[in-house]
Amino acid sequence: MTGWLQPHRIVLAGLGLALAVWCALTLRWGWLPEYTPLLLEGLWRTIWLLVVTVVLGMALAIPLGLAQAAGPWYLAQPALWFCTIIRGTPLLLQLWLLYYGLGSLFPQYPWIRQSELWPILRQAWPYAVLALTLSFAGYEGEIMRGAFKGVPRGQLEAAKAMGMPRWTMLRRIWLPQAISRALPTLGGETVLQLKATPLVATITVVDIYAVSNRVRQDTFIVYEPLLLLAVIYMAITGIIVLAFRHLEQRVPTRRA
Amino acid sequence: MRLTLLAAAASLVLAGAAAAQEVKVGIAAEPYPPFSSPDASGNWTGWEIEIIGAVCAAAQLDCVITPVAWDGIIPALTSGQIDMIMNSMSITEDRKQTIDFSDKYYKTPALVATAKGLGITPDAAGMSGRILGVQSATTHADYAAKHFADAAAEIKLYQTQDEAFQDLAAGRIDATQADSIAIDAFLASETGQACCEAVGAVADDPEILGAGVGVGLRKGDAELLAKINAAIAQVLADGTYEKISAPYFASPIYGN
Amino acid sequence: MQALIDALGLGPTLELLALSPPGWGGNLLRGLVNSIQIALGAFGLGLVIGTLGAYGKLYGGPVLRDLLAIYTTVVRAVPELILILILYYAATDALNKALIGAGFERVQISGFAAGIAVLGIVQGAYATEVLRGAILAVPSGQIEAARAMGMPPLLLARRITLPAMLAFALPGLANLWLIATKDTALLAVVGFGELTLETRQAAGATKHYFTFFIAAGILYLALTLLSTRVFGWIERWARRGEPRIGGAGR
Repeated sequence: MTGWLQPHRIVLAGLGLALAVWCALTLRWGWLPEYTPLLLEGLWRTIWLLVVTVVLGMALAIPLGLAQAAGPWYLAQPALWFCTIIRGTPLLLQLWLLYYGLGSLFPQYPWIRQSELWPILRQAWPYAVLALTLSFAGYEGEIMRGAFKGVPRGQLEAAKAMGMPRWTMLRRIWLPQAISRALPTLGGETVLQLKATPLVATITVVDIYAVSNRVRQDTFIVYEPLLLLAVIYMAITGIIVLAFRHLEQRVPTRRA
Repeated sequence: MRLTLLAAAASLVLAGAAAAQEVKVGIAAEPYPPFSSPDASGNWTGWEIEIIGAVCAAAQLDCVITPVAWDGIIPALTSGQIDMIMNSMSITEDRKQTIDFSDKYYKTPALVATAKGLGITPDAAGMSGRILGVQSATTHADYAAKHFADAAAEIKLYQTQDEAFQDLAAGRIDATQADSIAIDAFLASETGQACCEAVGAVADDPEILGAGVGVGLRKGDAELLAKINAAIAQVLADGTYEKISAPYFASPIYGN
Repeated sequence: MQALIDALGLGPTLELLALSPPGWGGNLLRGLVNSIQIALGAFGLGLVIGTLGAYGKLYGGPVLRDLLAIYTTVVRAVPELILILILYYAATDALNKALIGAGFERVQISGFAAGIAVLGIVQGAYATEVLRGAILAVPSGQIEAARAMGMPPLLLARRITLPAMLAFALPGLANLWLIATKDTALLAVVGFGELTLETRQAAGATKHYFTFFIAAGILYLALTLLSTRVFGWIERWARRGEPRIGGAGR
């Protein structure tokens, strides 16, 4: 704690506090009360999108990484192509390709509108979830590949020598160690995923960025909503970083 | 190395400054037929583009067409990235608090287009339980928020009107409200003819829908405002307006 | 060849993508060139800011280090889209207000320069961390020996630190370059005419969404693969003369 009490830090903290108070008093915040329900709804949608796509993306990334690390060529190659294509093209393009590209096919196949899936295909959030999940899986698949390869071979060979079935070895030895190896990078990638969520506003999903746009259109106030948005994103990032640091401390590692 | 970097940075800024004699006319960076749309060679064409040319010639200004995202076009004007907005921006009291307007150069009603056979009428009763799509930062978005927000199941905000039409054709939204000419142009196209129909104009609300379309200028830019007003009057008086409008519109759109 | 194209039903698609009007391929390529130019400018600016930032974080005083830490943390925590919007409008606004306050004429910053500045500032924060890690990896004995010899700091940086740290920095810098090329797509949201916006306009004008988005995806992918190959060559050049680490791992 002594590090925080050095004179220059105190001055900087004081300046920062003064800046925050000045912003709170002089900038225009009159729009806040009216838009708070909408802001909370947008915040909920952002967090929900982040959590769902990270979980689904990891679920997809583990087989992708495993296929590339240990799989036969007919599984490894498509996994490699998938990761390369996802990492080689912008997320915005993938998002628009899925939403508007698939949307342009709907008029040509009228039977889609009668099908069971129509209520889901009609809305925008399934496309957002799909695009963000595929994007996360593409980047994570590459990271999991390295993590799987990084687990010491000796442990896997010992398990095989003991006669452990392959699935049990994966579940008990390979996967947990690979995930704990990848944990620091996973934290960074989750933050990157959070920073990718504003893009869904371009396909009409109302996340918190879309709400700030709405405030801007209604009130013509440009900077204050964006500043509030920046603060909110920084707060969520801080929470994610702390959560992952807590997770990393719970993993027992032998430090050399 | 630092000197060359400083020189490069200075020349970038000065290059912008040297060209400050020209007037940047902001238009939306999206196809908005028949007013403005990009063609395959990268040029912008359309009725409004030709009117811009005529007005600038009459005011003896060196105008440069500068595409900007529509939902950021007013901040772009107030922050100085463009000098005027001339892309079907309606004159409303709300907008007048942030920017100045020239005299109007056309006025058309707002129509609602829907998928064929849905039986929607352009009022709150007809919109009940329906999904309505509008372009954000337009008078139509404000109108829908005021009149249809309670009745409609959902109001989706799109970045461009073109995307709203696309989703209307795909069946993701039931109806869209937009300028009558834009809707006519969409319904005349192949996609529009196959999927959709116009169901009439919405009840007028001059406070929201505005008193016609004018050129947007920064507040206090009186000199440019006077030049533009004089040029618009001249274009209307000497027959250039009719000459440009004739190939596009069967009847005059100046309105009363 | 023509028969194969017709058999696959790709005739109208290739017409749409033709390089000269009425095909939209020329527009897409122009957008790609714009994207590459912005990415190059942003990457270069990011490298400059990153070098200054890395040196500041390593050798600067406590205040400078804290300020740089605030800069890198804020930029890495706030989404690029928000940063682009804030900087795109606020920077021009602030600059013009300052100029008018000082009595000068309002200056117009082209969208091009604004895009490079914005993305460059974002890249600079990441580059600071990459370069800082790379400089730390340079064996300190070499730097100490040069200082003992009385080498002036600038010469030390130019002759010893920067060449040695290049090999360590290149993987991170290659990643940053790829991020820069993909971040240019975000400028489509502010309406700057790079590849993603041109694609959206072409798709909107012709209603052939799939065709154009897939074509743009192929262009981006080609750019990525080419960049990865080029960075591989640069890394091999930077590591020239280093002993080969053979047989690592089982």
